Amino acid sequence: MNAPQRLLGAAAATLADHSRLLGPLPGVDGAGILRAAAESSLTGRGGAAFSTGRKLASVAAASDPVVVGNGAEGEPASSKDRRLLATAPHLVLDGLQLAARAVGSRTAYLYAPADLLRTRLEPALRERRDDVPVTTVASPGAFLSGEESAVVQAVQGGRAVPTSTPPRVFERGVHGRATLVQNVETLAHLALLTRFGAAWFRGVGTSAEPGTRLLTVSGAVAAPDVLEVAGGTLLADALALAGGPTEPLGAVLVGGYHGAWVPAEAVADIALSRDGLAPYGAAPGAGVVLALADSSCGLRAGADVAAYLAGQGARQCGPCRNGLPALAGTLRALADGRPSPLLVAEVQRVSRLVEHRGACHHPDGTVRLVRSTLRTFSAEVAHHLAGRCTARHGALVVPSETEEAIA
Amino acid sequence: MSERLHVDWTACDARGTCLDLLPELLEADDWGYPLARTGEAAPAVPPSSRDYAVQAVRECPRMALRLRPG
Amino acid sequence: MSADALWYFGRGTGVSALTLFTLVVVLGLLVRSGWSSPALPRFVVSAVHRTTSLTALGLLAVHVVTLLLDPYAQLRLVDLVVPFLGAYRPFWQGLGTLALDLVVLLVLSSLLRDRLGRRTWRALHWAAYLCWPAALVHAVGNGTDGTSTWMLALVGGCVAAVGGALTLRLRAARTSETETQSVPAPVPPAYLAGLR
Repeated sequence: MNAPQRLLGAAAATLADHSRLLGPLPGVDGAGILRAAAESSLTGRGGAAFSTGRKLASVAAASDPVVVGNGAEGEPASSKDRRLLATAPHLVLDGLQLAARAVGSRTAYLYAPADLLRTRLEPALRERRDDVPVTTVASPGAFLSGEESAVVQAVQGGRAVPTSTPPRVFERGVHGRATLVQNVETLAHLALLTRFGAAWFRGVGTSAEPGTRLLTVSGAVAAPDVLEVAGGTLLADALALAGGPTEPLGAVLVGGYHGAWVPAEAVADIALSRDGLAPYGAAPGAGVVLALADSSCGLRAGADVAAYLAGQGARQCGPCRNGLPALAGTLRALADGRPSPLLVAEVQRVSRLVEHRGACHHPDGTVRLVRSTLRTFSAEVAHHLAGRCTARHGALVVPSETEEAIA
Repeated sequence: MSERLHVDWTACDARGTCLDLLPELLEADDWGYPLARTGEAAPAVPPSSRDYAVQAVRECPRMALRLRPG
Repeated sequence: MSADALWYFGRGTGVSALTLFTLVVVLGLLVRSGWSSPALPRFVVSAVHRTTSLTALGLLAVHVVTLLLDPYAQLRLVDLVVPFLGAYRPFWQGLGTLALDLVVLLVLSSLLRDRLGRRTWRALHWAAYLCWPAALVHAVGNGTDGTSTWMLALVGGCVAAVGGALTLRLRAARTSETETQSVPAPVPPAYLAGLR
């Protein structure tokens, strides 16, 4: 059940340790890296799961592209990128160099929280002698700060908020140049598969979900933690690796705050794969697995997340700026027991008003979460409309620290 | 070649010029922003409305509209 | 054409231009405030604003050319571009030059709006708030009828019209700040604290 710890096992405090463990940066040329990425079927680990090979190839076709390693991790329920950057910074930095080589870029950025830059990444950069110079850019903690067009804005010195597309950033990004924005975990995988080959990468996991991936398992589990599992791992196994549920579960939030709930009954049979999660409107996403106890109110949890998302909008786009608070407020009314049956229809109506009507996917992701909350906890909705709540307490259970302190 | 009316939502400020010019295509949502009657994000512009759509693109005070192929 | 005729024509076109530019400013403020009526939808207000500005520019051009030709005005070509150098009432004349320069800037930047982008165009369009008062004061101070009753009545009317439109504009600004639904103070999911 325990997958090879390819990423987490590459922990190295210094460049010397890293080189001893994994050897020097491979000399594979750009075309070779592109080939390896394509053959490996590696997909992005930042949430969108786009084919890395295809993304690299389209940026490689442009002249004078830019590469950005994205470690912003605005998703509050995720800390895998933080763990990776803290423990294996050189692996990520190798990946950044290889991505730059693959697309023919001479300009690289690393976008990550200021404390990680200061304590881990900038010291690591100082140890290295890279071909492509890397400029560090501090990311704010906001939810949308990791969205790819927001990343481009931040790198250019502006506010980390999304911009209207088209053009997408892989066509026009930093200073008008084609830009590759790649999650740091994806870069780490690239650094390994360039060394050991696409076949090696595919040696673990399933054909649909090859390789390993990082998960952040938290909530009602005994040992919340960042874990590395094989692609296509069963959801139940992921929970077991985190010490197992501390009490009977009601549902598990999968993907992130823009993800969806998997009801407890389905947990035993569901794999953390696109196909496995699709019936629930969910996807592996950024690897978030958040367990909700059955004694907690799912509606309240959904309302909490919706309220957070409503507050995290960039406030640029009218439908989202107005609609998300309306949606969150309606869900709150359903959850906190001043409900009327009209509220459910109102949630559906406002959801249709905000979907796809914004510069980025924030309203769409929020709608997904809200719809999933109503669908998964439909029994609870009926109870609330009748004036009862079956849960014993409200908010999601606080996990113990899932992150060791940065020394 | 068909075209769609694309809204830059970061620029749109619900001024309503497009609503006046393309009532058959757009209506106001709860907050005054243009909502395609078909429910799509970027509604297709039929040939009969094209001239008005071009005018809307030109007249939008926030330059939030574009006609894109698709 | 006699010098007198040129002088009358120059003043006449000046007053007409000022009146039309006042209408342009009023319409511009109405566009900005999102005002509309059943008879005048927003795109009409917007279109008339643009067309009137070009007409007014035409009148302004005639006003300037006439005065260039008029010996009394003592206007040189440099006075069309650089303010406050004029021989005749240099201060009031200079305000006219300033207004002319700004009108050209406003019209050109609007014609090239697509090329400039929204932010640049908007920043430049603020010049209208300097341009119109300059033109108004120029008309009162520079014209020989500057302080006659009918002129003051006209100027008063222009100021009232712009003042009214400005009130609408300011009221619209205040509304758009409050139109956004207030975000419910989120009770942050408890685990937010735990994971960082």
